[in-house]
Amino acid sequence: MRGFEGAIDADLHPMVPGLDALRPHLEPFWADSIDQRGLEGFESQSYPPHAPRTVRADWRPQDGFPGLAEMQAWLDQTGAAIGILNPIYGVQLIFNADMNRAFTQGLNNWVRAEWLERDARLRASIVLPNETEHAVAEIERLAPDRRFVQAMRLVMGELPHGRRTHWPVYAALEKHGLPLCLHAGSAYRHPVTSLGWVSWYMEDVAAQQQAFQSAVASLITEGVFVQFPGLRVVLAESGVSWLPAFLWRMSKGWKGVRFEIPWQAEPPAETVRRHIRLTAQPFDAPDEAAAQLLGHLGSQELLLWASDFPHWNYDGLPSLPPGVDREKFLRGNAAALYHRLERVPA
Amino acid sequence: MVKHVVAEVAAIPAGARHVTEAGGKRIVIYNLDGEFFALADRCPHQGASLSAGQIMGHVCSTAPGQYEYARRGEVVRCPWHAWEFDIRTGKSFFDPRRVKTRAYDAHVECGELLAAESFSVAVENSYVVVEV
Repeated sequence: MRGFEGAIDADLHPMVPGLDALRPHLEPFWADSIDQRGLEGFESQSYPPHAPRTVRADWRPQDGFPGLAEMQAWLDQTGAAIGILNPIYGVQLIFNADMNRAFTQGLNNWVRAEWLERDARLRASIVLPNETEHAVAEIERLAPDRRFVQAMRLVMGELPHGRRTHWPVYAALEKHGLPLCLHAGSAYRHPVTSLGWVSWYMEDVAAQQQAFQSAVASLITEGVFVQFPGLRVVLAESGVSWLPAFLWRMSKGWKGVRFEIPWQAEPPAETVRRHIRLTAQPFDAPDEAAAQLLGHLGSQELLLWASDFPHWNYDGLPSLPPGVDREKFLRGNAAALYHRLERVPA
Repeated sequence: MVKHVVAEVAAIPAGARHVTEAGGKRIVIYNLDGEFFALADRCPHQGASLSAGQIMGHVCSTAPGQYEYARRGEVVRCPWHAWEFDIRTGKSFFDPRRVKTRAYDAHVECGELLAAESFSVAVENSYVVVEV
């Protein structure tokens, strides 16, 4: 099923098979804490490891989790030149700030040792600890390794992403030329909807786009891109199709109440087109609406191809949105965004 | 352009607005510290009467958290969707080139000269005049 030769796959998920896998990559105190505290693992309701939706059924090996071999086979199959790893493991859920920092570091070390060191096609996100100062320190620790091409947070955290408490993180990212990836998922500090907790998986999936909307609104209104003009943000697994309607609403409201945020001197849609990119897996619009949707987005430069391996909802080759600029979608947009990919083998 | 006598100067004190009809058009006149400005009393968006809108200054910014507030009293906000218009020019602030309401020349003339032009005015008073 090749057809993506030279492409950049902007969202792959290396799966942590369990806490024992992280043990050798943790500081000794925290490695021993696994037993001393009886820690069983940091598994989240966002993609619980054993849920069928977490791993597409035909990608789940006998022993439970796709590992490096399965990932490599997938890259071979698509022909992608580069794949960017976004580890989804429940470290963000840890309330203890020191434990959150330690296990997030361990997760990043594990990605580096077990994945980046073993396949030259792989790049990764720096998973950010929750506390601002810890996040900045983790960026400084890993930024010298240019295989880390961005930093990642879950879209639903403790506070909206634009709030000034996060700004030292954005200063560090801008300094190193690292985009911020906001990935679907929640640290469960709040219900996944502003109405309260949901009953069903389907509601949770649909609620993600509300969170992405609020994240974009926060980044724009708080002036993050005015303060950090070099910062780029990637929305991963957002579904994409919600964006035009949301931008209409934001830009319409801005005309009347821009005095609240006078630093926002242009319609929000223009800021979004310059600063925000979206992985296009999943892509919610049906094929017959895709061309119109791309027209509404007003740019061929916003979307990044991603397979979302090994999650269940990969749409496959036929789902390249009709009307999309294939070269930009599969490779050009990501190459322009991720400066650290300048030497991507063709 | 046809000259219309709107009101005695004393009838529109500083900071006040005055709605009139001239040349078949509804016009709102603002007194900004003794200078008079006339706008079509019609928002270019959906036609609301700007004269019913709130007045404020203009705020701009060079960085988040910085509010540079100036020209107090010189911005009218449409009562329907709160779009801001510059009372001096009729231009919106979010898209001044394309979104604006018509501005007309308004100024003060003395009654003596107006009387000479056959307006029925008191020669000892001054009047706000708009050209439509």
